[in-house]
Amino acid sequence: MKKSKFLLPVATAGVLAITLSACGGGGGGGTAAGGSGGGDAANGLDGRGPITYVQGKDNSNVVRPLIDKWNAAHPNEQVTFKEQTDNADQQHDDLVQNFQAKNANYDVASVDVVWTAEFAAKGWLQPLKDKMALDTSKMLKPTVEAASYKGTLYAAPESSDGGILYYRKDLVPTPPKTWDEMMSMCSIATANNMGCYSGQFKKYEGLTVNASEAINSAGGAVLDKDGKPSLNTPEAKAGLENLAKAYAGGQIPKEAITFQEEESRQAFQDGKLLFLRNWPYVYNLATTEGSSKVKDVLGMTALPGKAGPGASSLGGHSAAVSVYSKNKATALDFLKFLTTEENQKFFATQGSLAPVLGSLYEDAELVAKLPYLPVLKTSIENAVPRPVTPFYPAVTKAIQENAYSAIKGEKTVETALSDMQKSIESASAGQ
Amino acid sequence: MATELGPTPVKEPASGGAPVHHPPKGVGEDNAIKSQGKWAAWLLAPTIIALGIVIVYPIISAIIMSFQKDAGLDPVTGLFTAGGPAGFSNYANWIFQQCAAPAGETVACPPGTLGAQFWSATGTTFFFTIVTVTLETVLGFWMAVIMARAFKGRSLVRAAVLVPWAIPTAVTAKLWLFIFAFEGIGNKLFNTTILWTGSEWPARWAVIIADVWKTTPFMALLILAGLQMIPAEVYEAAKVDGASAWQRFRMITLPLVKPALMVAILFRTLDALRMFDLPYILTGGANNTTTLSILVINQIRQGFNAAAALSTITFIIIFLVAFIFVRFLGANVVEQQTGAAKGKK
Repeated sequence: MKKSKFLLPVATAGVLAITLSACGGGGGGGTAAGGSGGGDAANGLDGRGPITYVQGKDNSNVVRPLIDKWNAAHPNEQVTFKEQTDNADQQHDDLVQNFQAKNANYDVASVDVVWTAEFAAKGWLQPLKDKMALDTSKMLKPTVEAASYKGTLYAAPESSDGGILYYRKDLVPTPPKTWDEMMSMCSIATANNMGCYSGQFKKYEGLTVNASEAINSAGGAVLDKDGKPSLNTPEAKAGLENLAKAYAGGQIPKEAITFQEEESRQAFQDGKLLFLRNWPYVYNLATTEGSSKVKDVLGMTALPGKAGPGASSLGGHSAAVSVYSKNKATALDFLKFLTTEENQKFFATQGSLAPVLGSLYEDAELVAKLPYLPVLKTSIENAVPRPVTPFYPAVTKAIQENAYSAIKGEKTVETALSDMQKSIESASAGQ
Repeated sequence: MATELGPTPVKEPASGGAPVHHPPKGVGEDNAIKSQGKWAAWLLAPTIIALGIVIVYPIISAIIMSFQKDAGLDPVTGLFTAGGPAGFSNYANWIFQQCAAPAGETVACPPGTLGAQFWSATGTTFFFTIVTVTLETVLGFWMAVIMARAFKGRSLVRAAVLVPWAIPTAVTAKLWLFIFAFEGIGNKLFNTTILWTGSEWPARWAVIIADVWKTTPFMALLILAGLQMIPAEVYEAAKVDGASAWQRFRMITLPLVKPALMVAILFRTLDALRMFDLPYILTGGANNTTTLSILVINQIRQGFNAAAALSTITFIIIFLVAFIFVRFLGANVVEQQTGAAKGKK
């Protein structure tokens, strides 16, 4: 009996210990990274040999054919494909773990535009300069900016993405060019008993995209050139106020704060919205899905701005070389291979991924297949990368939290912006 | 995450304590017990070592990490540098909601930082725990009483009841997300236009409804197991003595099922205090549905060390709750068996 009395707290502690290890497990692998990576960055520059390419799930079978093509031409420098899951957060965490472990087998990794700065600042990505230099002159400028950190290129833009304003051709005679124009057309929506405009306003990454677009389109910026927050400006205020006012006034329907990409697409396809801000993928679905009510009346134009086209947030991926790779010469050749015109075209035709080479947007054959390309080009050319900062996870939380309150009217726009400013300052100051 | 692992430590001491159940008789048997104990120690060693590696080591490393600063940025090179010792600043970040400011001093965490959400997340976690566990206990008890009766198709009902529990939580959350969508079946069915995931109280209720739907069967089965331990003769005797149904429930069922009930409540409480998937998928933590576990995961993406401090705090909170349960409310994970052994004597 005594023994089991003693065992009792032990058992309790056991149950709880599992609780903690479940929580702490994720952190277990993490020790402060740091280090300039200077030593590693100088190694293996001339190395040639087999490499591994790491990317999220290859849903539309783009990567495998490309790698087969490469392997056929390079028998001594074979590329192996390491496929991750299709969940962006998991891809991010997988890369972090392997870079932290200095895994030499993660030679080339596909990096989301918003992770580039974080990984570069951790010293994990090979700067693409000097011996490793890559010609970016033919690429769209914003995609190159998104792959750079502090003026140095760290990755090769691989695919891009930008926002498009979809509208109802049957109801809107000429598409709006500015936000105010669009708002003035909302009477058409009212007359037809439908919602006027929506983007993605649920509290998640999509809200960061939409809120930054609103701020950038009004001439403001979330972060200035030095990476410091610059939200206490009249431009930023005007931008966020556009959303808050439209939500309060009913131009943005009240359910929009529960919308992610799919919900907003559904609402538009059901004929419940006059204007929709979304990504290019909507085009195919809205024109082919049987239930779509907008098949023949789908119009596309650039996002509305203050006086002309608005500033879209940039999506897409870049291919980066790990500093721990032993075969960097091969890796660099592979980056160049991924960005050739021929292969970029394959990305577009096979995977509907927006190319990073400006010339392809005028390619008649491609445009016939993907009619949104001209609009998308305007969108990407005017795009502003989402805040480029190594503290992106904290910055996006700060934007989401405060933009959500401002749109719902729980906070004034000024308070929300100054809270955003302070939160980002605090995040960059470190704990 | 830990749900599957939950029962392990419970089983383990029970088998470790097994020799105790043998009522000691002569000296010879005493020796037998001793050598058996030695054997038991050897047999248990691999398990203990494995547990040491997968549990004790991560806990200690998490605690050590929690006293380290997260990596800061070198303003010249733009690269991260190791943070160095932090003292208690990671804990102050959470408990006193003190955040770093650009000039190097600390200020109250501005809204939008994770530090500012600690107390509201704690409140939310306890709110969810109390409401869901209460509802699940009441409904679970009711379901268990029904399932304990003999009727046609009883096994079918028992199997059917398990379905919600068998579905992975993330899938459950997705299902309910569709139900609670603005154009979802929830609003269609009742002809309402509630923003289930977009406003504070509906969002909370959405999480509670989904959680109750999912975990009540678990409660029901644990309580059912307890109910079936009660011998039918006790009820017959009470009937003969003229006890009413209510009296039988209050004087016989409740006291006799109490050990099983308390264990069920303890498990559910600990589980609910770690609630993550449901609110994370349903609302993304918006509208005051951020629980402590969601906060930990969000913080892991921003800095491991502050996250280690937060999970240590969470651990202590859950430990205290469990301690109160075991110490004062008589939830007894281990002694149930020895109690039964005592009864047999």
